[in-house]
Amino acid sequence: MNSGRAQMNIVIVGHVDHGKSTVIGRLLADTGTLPQGKLEAIRESCRRNSKPFEYAFLLDALKDEQAQGITIDLARCFFKTAARDYIIIDAPGHIEFLKNMITGASRAESALLVIDADEGIKENSKRHGQMVSMLGVKQVTVLANKMDLVDFSEDIFEKLKADYTAFLAQINVTPVSFIPVSAREGDNIASVSERMAWYKGATVLEQLDQFTSDKELHEKPFRFPVQDIYKFTRSNDDRRIVAGTVAAGSVKVGDEVLFLPSGKQSAIQSVESFNTLPKHVASAGEASGFTLSTQIYVRPGELMVKPSEPQPEVGSRFRVNLFWVGRAPMIRQKEYKLKLGSARATVKLAEICNTLDASDLTYSKSKQQIDCRDVGECILETSRPIAFDTTSASETTGRFVIVDNYEIAGGGVVVENLSAGESLLQQHIRDRENNWETGLVQLEQRAEANRHRAKFIVFTGAPGTGKRAVAKALEQGLFQNGMHAYYLGVANIDRGLDADVGSQSDSSGERLRRIGELSRILTDAGLIFITTIDDADDYDIETLKLLNEPNDILVVNLGENGFSRYQPDLQLQTFENLGDAVVQVAALLKAREIIIDYQI
Amino acid sequence: MDHLDKLEAQSVYILREAYREFKSLCMLWSIGKDSTVMLWLARKAFFGHVPIPLVHIDTHFKIPEMIDYRDRIALEWNLNMIYGENREALDGKLTFPDGNTDRLTCCKYLKSEALKHTLSGEWPRYRMDHELQRYVVDEGKEPYTGVIVGVRADEEGSRSKERYFSPRDKDNVWDVGDQPPEFWNQFKTDFAPGTHVRVHPLLDWTELNIWEYIEREKIPVVSLYFNQGEGTRYRSLGCYPCTNPVNSESRTVPEILEELKSGRLSNIAERSGRAQDSEDGGLETLRRDGYM
Repeated sequence: MNSGRAQMNIVIVGHVDHGKSTVIGRLLADTGTLPQGKLEAIRESCRRNSKPFEYAFLLDALKDEQAQGITIDLARCFFKTAARDYIIIDAPGHIEFLKNMITGASRAESALLVIDADEGIKENSKRHGQMVSMLGVKQVTVLANKMDLVDFSEDIFEKLKADYTAFLAQINVTPVSFIPVSAREGDNIASVSERMAWYKGATVLEQLDQFTSDKELHEKPFRFPVQDIYKFTRSNDDRRIVAGTVAAGSVKVGDEVLFLPSGKQSAIQSVESFNTLPKHVASAGEASGFTLSTQIYVRPGELMVKPSEPQPEVGSRFRVNLFWVGRAPMIRQKEYKLKLGSARATVKLAEICNTLDASDLTYSKSKQQIDCRDVGECILETSRPIAFDTTSASETTGRFVIVDNYEIAGGGVVVENLSAGESLLQQHIRDRENNWETGLVQLEQRAEANRHRAKFIVFTGAPGTGKRAVAKALEQGLFQNGMHAYYLGVANIDRGLDADVGSQSDSSGERLRRIGELSRILTDAGLIFITTIDDADDYDIETLKLLNEPNDILVVNLGENGFSRYQPDLQLQTFENLGDAVVQVAALLKAREIIIDYQI
Repeated sequence: MDHLDKLEAQSVYILREAYREFKSLCMLWSIGKDSTVMLWLARKAFFGHVPIPLVHIDTHFKIPEMIDYRDRIALEWNLNMIYGENREALDGKLTFPDGNTDRLTCCKYLKSEALKHTLSGEWPRYRMDHELQRYVVDEGKEPYTGVIVGVRADEEGSRSKERYFSPRDKDNVWDVGDQPPEFWNQFKTDFAPGTHVRVHPLLDWTELNIWEYIEREKIPVVSLYFNQGEGTRYRSLGCYPCTNPVNSESRTVPEILEELKSGRLSNIAERSGRAQDSEDGGLETLRRDGYM
């Protein structure tokens, strides 16, 4: 591609045999993009084989050359007009290639959707229309192709236009335009068709040049998904850099910034880069990095925004539009991994509102699962809140994918934040407590007999801060004072209770739930139950607290405090002297009237 | 942002994504222009640092300038430089230059096999000791689960089918027909035990983009890419018995850019100087088998 010229990715979609390849072949031929003699050679070969010439043959011939005889699944062709350079992503029309179609269309800025005017609207006409819209391709023009087969009839074109517009309206899509074409004959592709004088609109090439390329991301509110935090100490570098790609808007040195969902605030101290002139601003599209004016603990996955601008949503329950391409259907109760911007979260399907089965084009409100190739409106719930935008705002921060069994199995856009409602966890605990069967011994009686109350004690902090040593020393100290304390090493759960969960990265929510359920049982038995959790955050503790209800939790943090709003009950130093640490925890337990006395 | 800024930003994003998601990650450095640009992009991504080990598969038939350049840059840029080799094939002289195999089999032994066993940690890895300024046997034997590779989609047919994040199974096999979807900027960063993922930050770059970027950033590349007065230069680098230069007068990066834009080389494939590609099956066969 030439330097400096504007460039646009377009995707051509539609049902198989509706003429996508012919449209592409025509565009290449009519813009003079073909190698010299290529067109003549194909015509000649068709004549020899007594086959009618088709532009699609041209495309196949080009692909073959490019691929050296191997079928390309995501081919790209290039052509140019006076206005700019185009990259056509040829998206396969066969249903088996839906994954490739999605991969291609998600990189496009505009789409041509081809429908055979003779055959009418087919399965993939609808499916692709919906996919393209969900993938965020804003500009869609519909080509009513093969008009030569219907005698260039205005009535047939208008009927198709009305029918398809009605379908698109159901999914809130408004196409930019409809163009009646005959790709084979060249009508309304590059030149105006004389046989369809009734059509007054743009030709396909004119329409392409009218598409706007600039998504005006610079003018939108600043959005910076934190991809990572770097501190490379080699060569005495002491910069702590918040790294990522600016999704929208811009930020400059000195600007106040807010991190969500943690709510932490700071200001931009510097814009970092390698082998460039010093930078003071970073704008949409740039892979950048910043140092902050204050030392705050920020995690990858947070969203950095400016407090002075419109804010994104923060929540853990939201309505989405979703398409599913996974081998296994999406079901309730199962944990998946959600990736949105730089955020990663455990997610569950909470409710299915509506699904479209594209094979028979029916909507259903009663489906219990989302099958491969279904498109559905549903409610998802993450194990902890994330920051996001709804579709109208920034795109990067409103789109997500869902990972099932190591594979991307679905994707979609967030439509509405529903966090005010009761969460799945709250529903679960309400249900559990309503049905909790107690024995004849009351918790108070146990406390009296034990001479201490029950408590769930969690030690947290970064890995390698000496949490386990303190937790074990506490258990021993309490035990020697005649109390019923029990320390549980979390690794024991991995190999025992959690053996069925495996080492999958999207199972963290389930692991936490089991620790929480265990604490509910062990504190109900009157124990002081002690365990450790690496790097717990506000929502981990919130979850454990809920699961442990109606009993109490006590949180001790070692080393750097990674919580954003939550105040741990006790703060200890990294590798604190064991005796001192135990005395401090015991003093707190006494102050909270959990234990009566503690002797060293 | 111009087109190079956009390419750079996307590659940096991919490198950071790989660094974030893969605990055991390495970058293959062939010493050629593409993977050297990739190494430079890593310095961009990590603000002057390269926190990822660089792995070079040394066939011991590389043009000597390449190895000199590798070790000079490794020391200068403070790289965690590792090389691996197929000692058994070299000792047994099971190579094409020794006259004991054909070209493809030689590639398979000295590159694919050496790569496979170096990545898995089964064969010794040699690490540059920056104090001693020489290679020592590396203690690390952990398999790499993420492997960053500098292939470009425009180079050759099979490479145009790659995703940015492309899974390989236990035997390094690539299932071309059934690849995971990749949408927006969300890639396959989860992988089953025993499998690994190849990461391709340069997929969207063309040969011209690579040289434009080398010019803009003033990236040092091996002198073999330039005509030294003989009227020839290398366009793609490999082992000396199987790599031939092309006829070209270009002595500098701007002259190479001029040459590429003029279209003088447009009918000659970039890898046409690489003899193994023209043998039966060529690169596609090698790549299915784990070659880069």
